Amino acid sequence: MVKVLTVNFLTCAAKGCTSSPKAYPLHFQDAELILQEMDFNPVFIANILPRVEWPALLTTTTELGNSANVPQQKPEDVDPERDEEMLKALHEVLLETQVMSGKLVCGNCGHVYEVRDGIPNMLLNEHEIPTSA
Amino acid sequence: MSRPEHIAPPEIFYNDDEAQKYTQNSRVQSIQAEMTLRAIDLLSLPDSPSFLLDIGCGSCLSGEILSEEGHIWCGLDIAPSMLQVALERDVEGDLFLQDIGDGIPFRAGTFDGAISISVIQWLCNADKAANAPGVRLRRFFETLYASLRRGGRAVCQFYPESEQQTALIMQIATKCGFGGGLVVDYPDSKKARKYYLCLVAGQPDAPV
Ligand SMILES: [Zn+2]
Repeated sequence: MVKVLTVNFLTCAAKGCTSSPKAYPLHFQDAELILQEMDFNPVFIANILPRVEWPALLTTTTELGNSANVPQQKPEDVDPERDEEMLKALHEVLLETQVMSGKLVCGNCGHVYEVRDGIPNMLLNEHEIPTSA
Repeated sequence: MSRPEHIAPPEIFYNDDEAQKYTQNSRVQSIQAEMTLRAIDLLSLPDSPSFLLDIGCGSCLSGEILSEEGHIWCGLDIAPSMLQVALERDVEGDLFLQDIGDGIPFRAGTFDGAISISVIQWLCNADKAANAPGVRLRRFFETLYASLRRGGRAVCQFYPESEQQTALIMQIATKCGFGGGLVVDYPDSKKARKYYLCLVAGQPDAPV
């Protein structure tokens, strides 16, 4: 299943999209979500937070309807022990909320990546493959 | 024995039957586990859970080991039958149907590290007219380099067909910015010999 966290790192790989700001983040349509329990590791969440693009996370969670527990601003100087409660809430959003099916749509080229059985089909058509990355 | 990558493209070769056979074969499982642990070892990760990429994850025999080690991971594979087997085995990683020769679809600096077990020799095959090996290898290494954090490593165990093939792969990886080199385990045994391409994506950012 695709985790909300992963979608924050996913990009459209089609020709011309890697350099376009409109291509990121991919937009969800008709997403069906599940909650999948995962071991909570506050150190992992604290380590990954600096890499998360916050505005994109807010866009994604708004589209999925689960933005309630996401702070409007990215938390800074996070301490895995002191901030455990906040990290637990983020753990639920980022790792345990997963997409079973739906569509991921590129805002630049319009490519629709279908998600089936939790697996996005990222295959490109021949004319979409970048000639050079 | 002929090499599987000479028989058919991976998404055709690993059909439902082959995917099941491959995953249930205990010899495959133990070799795969050994190579995965060696690759993780060569990644030299810090002592905390990392965000990793498994390139050509197949049925996720390696992914299960990454999960056991406490890592969060994403797997890419072009063979739907292999991913189907992974689904049935309830793996924790995120799976993507993707042709790695078209590039790694993640933004810059995403992963702490990447592993790849018995996969990249497939990139050297020109099974379709559009699949020129040099072009695909270049796109693969360029986008892999970008998707790693600076100083992050990619360890790719592979079965080179010839010295020329190894040289071509290393030359393209270097052109794309990677440092590193080739580690050969059991070099004296033709049967047990294993090749690990150990790549480093630039220098780590200076601590703030
Ligand atoms: Zn696009």
